[in-house]
This record gives sequence, structure tokens and C-alpha cells, in this order.
Amino acid sequence: MKIKNIQRLTNYCFRTFLSFIAVGIFASAAFSQNGGSQQNVTGTPGTFAITNARIVTVSGAVIENGTMVIQDGKISGIGANASIPQNAEKIDGTGLSVYPGMIDAGTNMGLLEIGNGAAGTVDVAETGDINPNARAILGINPNTSHINVTRVNGVTMAHSMPAGGIISGQSAVINLNGATQDAMSVVPEFALVVNFPPISTFGGFNPLTGPRILDFSQAVKRRDERVKSLKEAFEKAKRYADVKEAVSKNPSLPKPDMDLSLEAMIPYVTGQKPVIFAAQRSRDIRGVIKFVEEMKLKTILYGGAEAWEETEGLKKNNIAVIFNQIHNNPLSDDDPYDSNFESPSKLQKAGIKFCVSTGNNGANVRELPYQAGIASAFGLSKDEALKSVTLYPAQILGVSDRVGSLEVGKVANIVVADGDILEVRTKVKYLFITGRKIPLTSRHTEFFDSFKDRKLGNE
Amino acid sequence: MKTKLFFIFAVAIFAGLAGTASGQTNTDVLIKNATVMTAAKGTLTNTDILIRKGKIDKIGKNISAANARVIDATDKYVTPGIIDAHSHAMLDAINEGSLSVTSMARTRDVLNPTDPSIYQALAGGVTAANLLHGSANPIGGLNTVVKFKYGRPIEEYLIPGAPPGIKFAMGENVKRGRQPARYPATRMGTLEVMRDAFERARDYKRKWDDFRAGKTRVPPKKSFELDPLVEVLEGKRLVHAHGYRADEHLNLMKLAKEFGFTVATLQHGLEAYKIAPEIAKFGAGVSIFVDYWGYKLEAYDTIPYNAYILWKNGVVVSINSDSDERIRRLNLDAGKTMKYGGVPEEEALKMVTLNPAKQLGISKMTGSIEVGKDGDIAIWSAHPFSVYTRAEMTLIDGQVFFDRAKDIAMRETLKQERERLEKNEANLPPEKRLKKPEKPDGDTKADETKPEETPTPAIEGGIDR
Repeated sequence: MKIKNIQRLTNYCFRTFLSFIAVGIFASAAFSQNGGSQQNVTGTPGTFAITNARIVTVSGAVIENGTMVIQDGKISGIGANASIPQNAEKIDGTGLSVYPGMIDAGTNMGLLEIGNGAAGTVDVAETGDINPNARAILGINPNTSHINVTRVNGVTMAHSMPAGGIISGQSAVINLNGATQDAMSVVPEFALVVNFPPISTFGGFNPLTGPRILDFSQAVKRRDERVKSLKEAFEKAKRYADVKEAVSKNPSLPKPDMDLSLEAMIPYVTGQKPVIFAAQRSRDIRGVIKFVEEMKLKTILYGGAEAWEETEGLKKNNIAVIFNQIHNNPLSDDDPYDSNFESPSKLQKAGIKFCVSTGNNGANVRELPYQAGIASAFGLSKDEALKSVTLYPAQILGVSDRVGSLEVGKVANIVVADGDILEVRTKVKYLFITGRKIPLTSRHTEFFDSFKDRKLGNE
Repeated sequence: MKTKLFFIFAVAIFAGLAGTASGQTNTDVLIKNATVMTAAKGTLTNTDILIRKGKIDKIGKNISAANARVIDATDKYVTPGIIDAHSHAMLDAINEGSLSVTSMARTRDVLNPTDPSIYQALAGGVTAANLLHGSANPIGGLNTVVKFKYGRPIEEYLIPGAPPGIKFAMGENVKRGRQPARYPATRMGTLEVMRDAFERARDYKRKWDDFRAGKTRVPPKKSFELDPLVEVLEGKRLVHAHGYRADEHLNLMKLAKEFGFTVATLQHGLEAYKIAPEIAKFGAGVSIFVDYWGYKLEAYDTIPYNAYILWKNGVVVSINSDSDERIRRLNLDAGKTMKYGGVPEEEALKMVTLNPAKQLGISKMTGSIEVGKDGDIAIWSAHPFSVYTRAEMTLIDGQVFFDRAKDIAMRETLKQERERLEKNEANLPPEKRLKKPEKPDGDTKADETKPEETPTPAIEGGIDR
């Protein structure tokens, strides 16, 4: 049996001494070939020319038969007559389509390997309610198997968010490639993630009598108290920022003691960086809108099941929506069966900046294209559906100057596929991240290779 | 859990009745000019299907039938209704986990015909499902195979002639720590519980056989626990065995051989691809997720090529949902098997139609579009494996249980109905009611001091997967 992808925590079935030797030999070979560890093959840099391909630029018209040139990690030429550098490795793109790599703007990528039964792999949620100084970039495991599994399906970038408490921490935008956190990092501290306290009638669970349901007015009261404490946290940080600014202008003033939590919030309370509020229900989204109007925050809404009902307030406050509800049943029993499928098209028609996201912790982020596809079956045009997982998330994450479409000068995060990239039957044929040609291997292809030809008696 | 306010119930029930109003009569149905993917005999273009008295009567070109309701399916795709071999829809309770062996518990007793997830599944082209007991114990409760006849009395959901079954389970869900502690806590103990149960069932059966043969005068005490296991030993009850690791399945198959019973499906079988030749030789079906993985340790070694490897080894494979969400998109899950390894189109479709029907023992009645079979059919706006497709209509026994056009047309009426109900005195918030509401029961102070929010679901993987 060929054994390749050894994982630190789950090698229970590969325990023999011989296996370790085999892995050692293979890993060292892989390192020299790919410039990375076997767990996270990082690909080879170079100059590449994909010829005779259908080029779906996303930001401009589709080029039916063109060439795409990749040089020094960037797109250096696109078009029917793009000149091919002499040293370029040529890739025949006949019958293939070139797309910008897809981006999932709502994940916990790298922060969680296995949710149940392997607590040591879970780094999603810090202790306590207020953790602005918890930074996802420090918890992301560059060797998570989720990265390879995800990118071979055409997703090349992810927004990874912490998820615990009320103020969860700071998110990171990462390329799905790199041997270290620094190598993966695109925006190391992108946003402050806040679970906006919802109006919830859930009053705890008793194993004998089941869930306790609170009276609605009680639930509202409880929400209001929590929002009040959230507001206090923001106001305190604002005062801290004011004091620090005053001190920087007048060094004779007493310097405040360093507070890591408040320090972390400065760029967010001063409106330099966005705050992401997780909320699904209309009533909670209205709460978010009221809160950010008062606090004057740069805001992104995460979740947004009923965002289509609150488009006026969202638009007025320039709030974009990272929509993550395609793979969820309708919120209420009497909602139309397709309410979540239709939401993206309703947001688009209302002129809200939005993107489609899996909201997944990592393992199933590869479903991103199919979720956009379903949104298209229920109202979103095919073009918009593609944008909702490429250009739009790039815009929301503030990286559209670098990724999200195929344009000269942009980072070469590129997927070459044998058909419409949103379709489940389409196969990815080539993959580039920051101009590096990435092998289409993953934990899954490696197990496949190991077992596909196994016969009886071949124990 | 879902908030079940009065008006929501009322609207949901109204929606259900209205949505299936067309299903109330037993008229013949003629589907015209469709691309028919039969899941048995290839794909037929420009083809008509006549359903008479609930059964597929004719498949061909230019069929005409007086008095039949004609459904124009030009540019549309028709497939057999999708069958989910692993679902917990409709179940008001899933696990009787208090004992290690609960073969006396029946899902039949907790079926809820008004569960909105039934309608949502119909809107994904699903017509039938295997409603399984959970995976809390080595030998769980009895399952029920139903057709999703939403809006009908519960008796009509049951499929006449569908063989009975039982749930077994191995691995993490069984081992999981419980209060109070319960045997088994390991995979070793799990197998021993099964072995012990079958030894007891064998003794019990011998006592009954002796009594029936006149060797003893006093009948043995009836056991609701052991009766179903005797049926398993006699080949009269199907075993659906939940498991993840390859070794678990191998051990179960050894046990089954020893006691002389068969296994209808290895449920989940996330590592089944590692032992595909052994499974093929044993003859069990396998019912899997197509690509859902990594939500717990024992789900870490599965691959989306699982279906392909099993299929190549000649195993009957079905793709299941085990989820009220996933059940709505099993058509796309089937399509993924073409990408991962390269299962041919018709074989891929069979994995959500004919193959689950075979595994559940109902393939003589349903699972493919063939003359004589039940009129269980889904009509799609585009190829069923395309992300751009929508189920347009779902028929069971030739009657329409989902009709997208009708659903959309009903929405305005339902909205008005809802608004009217919301104004009802009983549904107003307390401060707007004319009559003062009674004080809520219980110690509300405890609620305030011990508030618990539903946490953001960072960790997925339900208790029963």
C-alpha cells in the first residue's frame, strides 16, 4: 500500500515502523520537487502560457480563444494575441476555460481540522465574550488537509474568521497556499468579527424537559442588555483610542497603560477597518444597523438569511452582505422552500453589495461554486453567480485590486477547468496560486490512488 | 428547535393542503415530450410517459390518452423520484439511547406527517425515504420506509410491501460518553453487545421452534426486543448498519456470517472504499455521503471517490442525505460521482433512485422509469445534475405532490393568510392583547440568571451522523 499523506493526529491506521520510513522518504522527495512540505505542497513558480483557451475574465468580456500568460506571480498578458515569453511553459488550453480562482469570504479555514473527537485541532473560539485581540492568522494551520482539498476544486482564497463569544477576534484573508502563515497571508488582520446578540427565546436546555422557551419580551430584554455591554466595549475602546491620539499629539499627557484588548479595537472603532456582524433574522439585522449607525462603523453583515428584507437600511449604511445560507433550510417553517436560494438575487436586485459564501469551517468550503450555482437556478444570472464567488468577495474583502478577475497586473490566482466552473461535473485541470503551478493532489486523491486498485488478497 | 407558534403551524398546514390539492384525485397523467432519464434503460429524448391508476402504463413517442391530465415537459428532464436511503425527516424522536439494544423501539410510532422538511424534500425531487432510528446504540430501533405524501394521512405514507428493517450502529456515536454511563464504551464492547443480542435471539428462537414443534408445552415469554432479531436471523428484516471505519464493517460482516444473516446496507461507510472487494464478496449495499467529510475523527479518512471505487467493485451504492437540508440536493450529489472517478451518467443517477430502492427492497415498485412501476417521478427544468436545475414537479403514484408554478402562485394568498393570523388575539405580543396574559410558568428568574444562547455553529456534525 502506498502511503503518502500522513497527518499528525490521525495516523492511527498507519502505525507501522515501515510506514514512517516510507513517508519520510516520500516527504523529502516532495519537498525538493514542490518547495513545500508534503502536507502542504506549495507548487512550482515559473512563467506559464495557457493557449487556445476560453478566458472568462469576469470583469470584462469572455475571450473565446485566447492566451493567458503568467509571469513573476502575476498575470502579464491576456488576449487573442498575447505574446508568449520564450521561457514560458506552454499549456494547451484547447477545450478548457480559464477562470479567476474563487474566494470564500466566510469560513474558519485552518482554525479547525476535526470538529468532534479531536479537540486539539480546534482553534475557532477563545474563552470569554470579548476577544478583539484573538487573531485568526495566528491559529491557522498551514498544513490543514482542508486547504489542498478546497483549492483543487477551484477555490484559491479564503476569509478565515474566529467564531466564539460576542467579539470573536480578528479575521484573516489567506491564499490557499503557503508553507507558513506569513506565506499564506494576504490581509493578516482584515476585520473584527462580532456575533451580534440575537433576540433568542432559547432559555437553556434541560435534558429531562427539553429546551426552555423564554417569553419574547424577556428575550428582547436579554438582547438589549447584551447589546448594551457590546456598546460599552466599543465606547471604551473609542475612549482609549482618543486618549492615545491625544498623547501622540501631546507627549506631556500621561500615557495610558497598554491594554491589548482595547489596542486591538482601535482600527475598528475609528472606522479604518471593517467590523463584521454575524446576524440572520430581520430583527437582528435591524439591531446591527441601529448599532453601527450610532457607533459609525465600517460594516459588513455575515449570514444575512433575511437581509433581503432590510435592504433599505443596509444600502443607506453601505453595508455589504456575506451570504452563507444556501445550504440551510428556510429559517421559518412557513417560509417559501426556496427562500434561501432566492436571497442572493433579491440582494443583487436591491443593489446591495453581496457575495455567496459557504459559511463552512473548512472541510466543505469546496462546495462554494455549487452554492453560487443554486443561487443562479433561483434568480441570479449566471454572470452574477460567478461574480458572487470571485469579484464580489474580492471587493468585500478589499483585495479586488489584486484578485477576483483576470486582468493584466493582478495576482495569478487562476483555475483552468474543462467546463463551467460552477457545475458539479466540471473538473479542474490546472491550478495556479500567486503564479505557482499547484499539483492537483490532496488527502483525497492520495487515498484514492492508494485504494482504487486494491483487490482481495492484496492485504 | 424550531419555534412553533400557532400561526406558523396554521400556515404550514394550510400550505400543505393547498400545495397538494391537485393530488386529491386519481386522474391519469400524461407527461409529454420530455428527456427521460430512466435509470434503467438509458435516456430517451422527446418521450411521453403515461401514468394510469398511479402506475407507469406506457413510455414512448406520441402517446395520447383521453381524460388524462397533460403535463408539457418540452425542454425538461424527467427522472425517477429520488429516494433517500438514510433520513430522519418526520421523526419526532430519533434516538432511544437509554439501552444498548432498543429493537423494541419503532420509528413508526413517532412519524409526523406535517414536518415542513417533507415538503422541502419534495421540492428537491425526492419521493421516498428510509426513516432510520439514530445511531446511539449497537442495535437501535426499527426503521420505516415511506413515500413523502405530504398532506395525506400518515397511513398513506407507508409503502405496502416494503420489507421491515432495523438500525445497527458502531463507532463514535455508540461509544460516546453518556450520563448515566452505559455499556459499551469501546468498539470491542459494541461488537459484544451485538453478539450477545444474537445469541439471546438464537436461544429465544429455539425455544419458540421447540414450542411450535410440540417439544415443550409452555410458550416462551414474548420479547419485543428479540422478535425483530429473530426476523433478521430468518432473513425477514433488513439490517441497516451505521459505521465509519473499515474495520467496523469487516467485523460486522464476520458476525453476520457467523449468525447467518445478511446486511442490506452499510450506512455511511465512509471508509468502505478501503474494503470494497470484501463488501462486494459479502454482498452488502453501501449508502454513503458523496463528499461530506471531516466533521469527526472517524469521518476523516473518507474521500469523494468512495462511490466510484465501490461501484467499480460491483457494490450497489446509494448516495444519502441523513439531513433535512442535504436531502434537497441529492440530484447534485449524484452528479458529483461523475467528477470524482468518473461514474457513468446512468449509474450516477441510479445511486439516488434505483440503487436505494434495491437496498430498501422496493425496486420492484419504484426507483426507475419502467412500465408497471409506480408513477414516482421528478420533472426538472434542466439536467438534474446541473446546478442551474430546479425541480418543477414531483409526482408520487401519479399524483402531483409538488408543483413549483403552483407553489409560487400560492405565495401571495399565504402571505395574506399569515398577516390575518398574526392579527389574531392569541398571536399578538402580550402588551397588545386586550386580555392580560397569564404569568408564564416556572421560575423566570432562573432564565435570566442562566441565559444560554444558541452558539454560532463553528462545529458541525450532528449527533446522528
